[in-house]
Amino acid sequence: VDGIHDLGGKQGFGRVNYPSPPHDETWEPLVRALSAFAMRKRIYNMDEMRHAIERMDPRYYLTAPYYERHLTAVATLLVEKDVITREELEALAGGAFPLSSPIGPGRLPAPPQSFAIGEKVRVKNEFVPGHVRMPGYIRGKVGVVVGISPPYPFPDSAGHGMQAPMEPTYDVRFRSRDLWPDSCDDALNHVGVFQSYLEKVESA
Amino acid sequence: MATDKDQPTATPQQRADAIQLVLRRKGELPDTFVPDFTDHAEEEWITDNGARMVARAWVNPAFRARMLANGKAAAEEMGFEFPAHHRHLVVLENTADIHNVIVCTLCSCTAYTIIGAAPDWYKDIDYRARVVRESRTVLREMGLDLPPTTEIRVWDTTADHRYMVLPVQPPATIGWPEEKLAKIVTQDSMIGVSRLDDLKG
Repeated sequence: VDGIHDLGGKQGFGRVNYPSPPHDETWEPLVRALSAFAMRKRIYNMDEMRHAIERMDPRYYLTAPYYERHLTAVATLLVEKDVITREELEALAGGAFPLSSPIGPGRLPAPPQSFAIGEKVRVKNEFVPGHVRMPGYIRGKVGVVVGISPPYPFPDSAGHGMQAPMEPTYDVRFRSRDLWPDSCDDALNHVGVFQSYLEKVESA
Repeated sequence: MATDKDQPTATPQQRADAIQLVLRRKGELPDTFVPDFTDHAEEEWITDNGARMVARAWVNPAFRARMLANGKAAAEEMGFEFPAHHRHLVVLENTADIHNVIVCTLCSCTAYTIIGAAPDWYKDIDYRARVVRESRTVLREMGLDLPPTTEIRVWDTTADHRYMVLPVQPPATIGWPEEKLAKIVTQDSMIGVSRLDDLKG
């Protein structure tokens, strides 16, 4: 999805609040532990968790602190997986318990292909309705493979609870000037890109 | 699923407590899980792990080579652990002219068992949105004013391998023992929003 979570390169934001002011919220470690518990029990996987966060109302996403987004995703998934009901949660919480919007269909990986270190690659011009780990700022852009990582479950399947085939990911190097011409600082931008998101570039 | 408009939203504490209580009542969640998990996370997944790796890389060229070739194997060699989905750790070597900086624009992924839990600023929307596009400006605002000749390499943690930066050893600390060096390595330097080069001995 082209969701609000896909923040890379969005303009208008301000200074980073750095260094972070200290804070101590007891519910934050609790949320972290509850989420770890559900994942160890295989109630959901990491990609389903990420996608549940992405399915939050965008206005809520932007204003909720990090662990409140996790809290919303944990509850959403526990309700969707029929572990608990929203009514039980709201009765115990003593108030409304906002959940993420319903999940849609996922997708399977592209036919296997492989790329080599140093190879020029293009990120496919795809618009995926479900979970996807391709940040919008590299869509359709050309870069060079600089690293290869071991196979992982394909997130666009795993995020929807589908059987997820494994595929490698590639660290692809882009030039910031190719991503945001005339409107960026000079840098080399690297993104971890799943194999299915890439296509060959015809050599000139 | 929109929020029920008739009642105000419960606080995050109330909501988190509600999940815990329901799971306990159903016999799903053992009473000891949350405190045990939290203690483990706070005692074992700490910045000191990555700092010790960096210090060892500074004094031990063979370890440095192993760490750059396979960060996960090097971490495991020192007894550090990874969650199941972190199958690879890529170590990014800073030099006098190259500066690496890490972000996760889509969420806030980090190698948290190695460099410690991500600081709040790393999870800030402002950091996630801006550091990929305005790297030099953001780093300067955060106190790291890099010379124009320094090449900046930004790494976006969008897949399930993880990154850590291997900072340049401060010249003033050449000859220090490994244990003493580990104490000067900060989490910020392993994310890449600060450098240690100018540290005085």
